[in-house]
Amino acid sequence: MSSLAIRKASPAAGTTPGTAQGPPLRRRIALVPTITLLIGAIYCLLPVAWVVIAATKSGSELFSTFTFLPGSGFADNIKDLSAYRDGVYWKWMGNSALYAGLGALLSTVVSAFSGYALAIYRFRGRETIFNVLLAGVLMPPVILAIPQYLLLAKADVTDSYLSVLLPLILSPYGVYLARIYATAAVPADVVEAGRMDGASEWRIFTRVALPMMVPGLVTVFLFQFVAVWNNFLLPYIMLSDDEKFPITLGLYTLLEQGANTPALYTLVITGALLAVIPLVALFLVIQRFWSLDLLSGAVKS
Amino acid sequence: MTSARRKSYGVKGAPYALPSPTTTLKRARSAPYFFLLPAVVLFALFFALPIGYALWLSFRKVKVSGLGLGSGARSEVWAGLENYTDALTDSELVDGALRVLGYGCIVVPVMLGLALLFALMLDSDKVRLAPFTRLAIFLPYAIPGVVAALLWGFLYLPDVSPFYFVLDKLGLPQPDLLDGGPLYLALSNIAVWGGTGFNMIVIYTSLQAIPAEVYEAAKLDGATPLQIALRIKIPMVASSLVLTFFFSIIATLQVFNEPTTLKPLTNSVSTTWSPLMKVYQDAFGKGDIYAAAAQAVIIALVTLVLSFGFLRAANRRTKQEAAR
Repeated sequence: MSSLAIRKASPAAGTTPGTAQGPPLRRRIALVPTITLLIGAIYCLLPVAWVVIAATKSGSELFSTFTFLPGSGFADNIKDLSAYRDGVYWKWMGNSALYAGLGALLSTVVSAFSGYALAIYRFRGRETIFNVLLAGVLMPPVILAIPQYLLLAKADVTDSYLSVLLPLILSPYGVYLARIYATAAVPADVVEAGRMDGASEWRIFTRVALPMMVPGLVTVFLFQFVAVWNNFLLPYIMLSDDEKFPITLGLYTLLEQGANTPALYTLVITGALLAVIPLVALFLVIQRFWSLDLLSGAVKS
Repeated sequence: MTSARRKSYGVKGAPYALPSPTTTLKRARSAPYFFLLPAVVLFALFFALPIGYALWLSFRKVKVSGLGLGSGARSEVWAGLENYTDALTDSELVDGALRVLGYGCIVVPVMLGLALLFALMLDSDKVRLAPFTRLAIFLPYAIPGVVAALLWGFLYLPDVSPFYFVLDKLGLPQPDLLDGGPLYLALSNIAVWGGTGFNMIVIYTSLQAIPAEVYEAAKLDGATPLQIALRIKIPMVASSLVLTFFFSIIATLQVFNEPTTLKPLTNSVSTTWSPLMKVYQDAFGKGDIYAAAAQAVIIALVTLVLSFGFLRAANRRTKQEAAR
């Protein structure tokens, strides 16, 4: 498994050194794969490029000028968006950051506990517990969310921050990833050595195992952060007070109102661009020292 | 592999008798349950309990006595399988299921086909710009489904779309992308755009795990890159293809965000376009949580049967191939 960082350092990493091909051949570019990948990249970047340019246009430019021609209204658009209903847009952004940040943190802690227990100990019911937790992945979110809403309504906690945070803390995929990382990163003899020294199980976990699991846990955190940030259904069902909306739900209501009033289009477009920036920036920054491959549960063997 | 390595302790505590083998053993026995406690409690509260409650509701209904006025006039009674028979004969639900079937038949093959293609291209020799294209193709993963649907929704709108601009300049016919058959393509495109990158990473990761020696022999025999891809690489990543297929089927059956987001932009997406939208509509639009619960249970069962049926079929094939 080669990480992005390694690939960057050696541009020729794709070629196998020491094979029969000589140096001049090695420099040749494989055209078909490169072009295919470039087409894929253009396809994936196209809507992003569009929203970047569309966000610079004023309301009239949006409908009159060529789509990929930058406009002159970016600052005004941001001002209008910030002024919209006393800055409710930034409230949504803050809410999303809170839901995703705190939710992902709690989720990572729970995943770390469970993954460690499932990887390190042998106990009765281990595989059963693991399989039952994993089965949660299969449950369609609506099927969970509706009874969750009804039950939380009985406890009188719907339409609150908790109603969006709590149901998302346990992530089956997070537990699965944490178990894989703990199995690979925490050697059994280290745990045993800790026991021989008389350390408590808790101490072994926090002082010895946890630091070893950090790279994997960063992945769990990121995965969960993206999952909560992108979540739409749960807040859609749980919340009615738009002061508590996350950005996805806020943008949706903005679009719903704006569909018949093209004047609101520029707000929706600018809002969409600003909503995308934090996560894209996050990925661009971390990919320097973190490998995407970890997301699929890959670990160095 | 896990169990073989872990066998040495926990079960038999004898080999390390230094401090106090019995206390170590006891401690090691109860510790995992403490570590698992938060997950188990959360699972019980936010998975098991709601599922049980949904099941219970699906067998109940509201009985209205008299004119339905007053506090005692509406009471919850046992409904047996009534909600289920209603759901299965409900044309809105059946139509929604058929729509999602058509949508899934486009999304799953196209998305996984592209993911596999890009993964193989990334893995090929002498490819340029691999880190950049890999990140670019993965980028949509970081964009919320609602925002993705919103961006594409605007790109489908004749007033602002560059596609229509180009078609207009060329004097070509301009199809309505948000109606009829093209609507399926429009929705599928959003899902393909959002999901290809993640699946590509999963497949690419398992391609990277294949040791280089495996290809050496084939290369010496003069196999072309295409032959290597078809005969060696694809069979060797079969298990991750099965996995991505499995998760794609589940995600497709649960489609909700994208059609819901496109709804304000077109009249062709009804409030019951997909089965899950129908469940939502019945529960919160009509306020019939009993019917919604029965439909939800049916969708969950179909998801389980389809996804596990696929896994079993895939396993049987791999076993047969291994036996050959």
